[in-house]
Amino acid sequence: MSILDTPQAVGAGTGVTAREWRNLLISGAGFIAVGFIPLAFGGYVLQLAISIVMYAALATSWLLFSGPTNYIALSTAAFFGIGMYTVAGGIDLIPYPVLIAGAGLIGAALAAIVGLATLRVSGVYFVIFSLGLAELVRQIMTWLQHVLGTMSGLYVTIDRSEPMYFWQLLLLTAVVYLVGWWIGRSRLGFALRIIGNDELVAVHCGINTARAKVILFVISSAFASIAGALVAPRWGYVEPVVAFSPFVSFQVVIMALLGGTHRLWGPVLGVIPFVLLWEVISIEFPNQTTLLLGVCFLLIVYVIPNGIIGLIEDTWHRRKAAGGSAPGPLQRLLDASPGSVKNLLQRGKSRNA
Amino acid sequence: MDIVIIGLLLGGTYALMAVGLQLQYGVARIMNLANGETLIAGAFSTFWFYAATQASPLYALFLVVPAAFVLNWTIYRVLILPLVRRAKNQGKLEVDSILATFGISFISVGVLLAIFGGEYLDYSYLARPIFIFGERYGLNRVVAFLASAVLCAALYLWLHKTRAGLALRAVAVNPSASGLVAINVARTSAFAFALGGAVTAAGGGLLSMFLTFDVSLGVVFTLKALVIVILGGVGDIRGTIVAAFILGFAETAVATLVDPGLTLAAAYVLFMIVLLVRPEGLFGRRTA
Repeated sequence: MSILDTPQAVGAGTGVTAREWRNLLISGAGFIAVGFIPLAFGGYVLQLAISIVMYAALATSWLLFSGPTNYIALSTAAFFGIGMYTVAGGIDLIPYPVLIAGAGLIGAALAAIVGLATLRVSGVYFVIFSLGLAELVRQIMTWLQHVLGTMSGLYVTIDRSEPMYFWQLLLLTAVVYLVGWWIGRSRLGFALRIIGNDELVAVHCGINTARAKVILFVISSAFASIAGALVAPRWGYVEPVVAFSPFVSFQVVIMALLGGTHRLWGPVLGVIPFVLLWEVISIEFPNQTTLLLGVCFLLIVYVIPNGIIGLIEDTWHRRKAAGGSAPGPLQRLLDASPGSVKNLLQRGKSRNA
Repeated sequence: MDIVIIGLLLGGTYALMAVGLQLQYGVARIMNLANGETLIAGAFSTFWFYAATQASPLYALFLVVPAAFVLNWTIYRVLILPLVRRAKNQGKLEVDSILATFGISFISVGVLLAIFGGEYLDYSYLARPIFIFGERYGLNRVVAFLASAVLCAALYLWLHKTRAGLALRAVAVNPSASGLVAINVARTSAFAFALGGAVTAAGGGLLSMFLTFDVSLGVVFTLKALVIVILGGVGDIRGTIVAAFILGFAETAVATLVDPGLTLAAAYVLFMIVLLVRPEGLFGRRTA
């Protein structure tokens, strides 16, 4: 019998609890509050805010796949660039909203091909494939433009005000969160957590691991493409070298790792400080950006492997422990919750035996 | 015929860089995403040497190889070893080393940019034609190929005829069992990683004799080397060399028949075919 047949073990299939409703309401109110930023600030602050929501959408959608599976996807730039190019290529023929949806679909289709080819085999092959994906798409785009005889750059000329970009990206971020929350409490999310803990266990539970991973990768990549489509008009001029810059992939991974990858709201904690830090770096040391980006990255990997969230949770638990009383059974269960799947399974096994 | 010979010459030079990565991934078990930057560093140093002395770039290898060895050994000791110790299992180490070497690759690009700048670098050495079967080929390509062949043969003999080479191959097959037969796995891994870096840098030096480089190309070469290693089978030098020739042919064919800008696509097509048909590579063993 598969563990997934027992819904009460997951909470899947059961209704939304009062606690979850409360959290949803608080998050919704939070998003609406953030939505007032363009009314209060303009100019430079709004620019930074747009940058922050854009990376929040990208890093959180990156997390949807890479968080639970532990497969580092280095392909954000490829999908982001595809989104931009979909808009740039079709803006004279097709209405903009249709193009945004189209960008998502094209990104999803490419992700499905990549996922089906690599995710059935092993995580390392997937990482390697994703590493060069942006460069591959860039080469193909350059070649296509050469063959079709168009110019290497494309202009996107539609009128959008800065607050509009902010709201569009904020809406996208909200959708990413909602989807992430929904996946987290679905059977798919449960299956992914098992895969992340121990793929062999997942296979023995009767989970179609490849299918679960491909679905998640498709969702995550489609969001990256939509983000690209949303900011394309803001850049105005789209050319291969800029649209498929490997920096985007790299920064998204850094920000997500800085925030912490084991919680849905982890990346945003990394996005805010990193965008600000990056702003300082690119103004103060414009010629050493690559070097400093690498240094930041190594610092995060070595010094705070569990991200800011890990730090917060550590201090929280230590304070709890210092408070005297030993953690009760419920507290222990909560402590272990993200990594508890394996324990649950082992407990289940010994009970069955 | 052109395609066959140019592919052969290119593949032979690719073999060296891929053997370097093979040592790092197959033996030391570190998926080194900064491999391409090591190659670029080798190529740039060779360029520098040639510009300064006008002596044959082959002499530069005597400087580049030991320098790359020391540098990679240091990287392994300082940056990778803590990860090896920290990792609870192979999967965790894989994630950590991918992240760490990804960071190292960006640092390397930054350092190379600071030293050499962002321009394309190339130099003209032995740019004379040589006639093979009545067709003209660049002499520099032939010389690079021969040098690569000599180095690959030496490495192959060393791996298969000496005790130290045997130890390396043992670690490639099974690190924990190697420990049981008194092989110092940590030292062997560090050595393999350093040697791999040195071999890759030598490959870069040879490639610089006929290719144009700039800093941003590192990731492309990392990818080519990875595709070769996977195509040949992880842990098998023979497979790597055969796969390097296959990629050399494929790239030359695409560059000649379709467009020179699509060489990476050729590598990806090969990669796709391997993944779909034979994920363990040409010479790899199917894991149970």
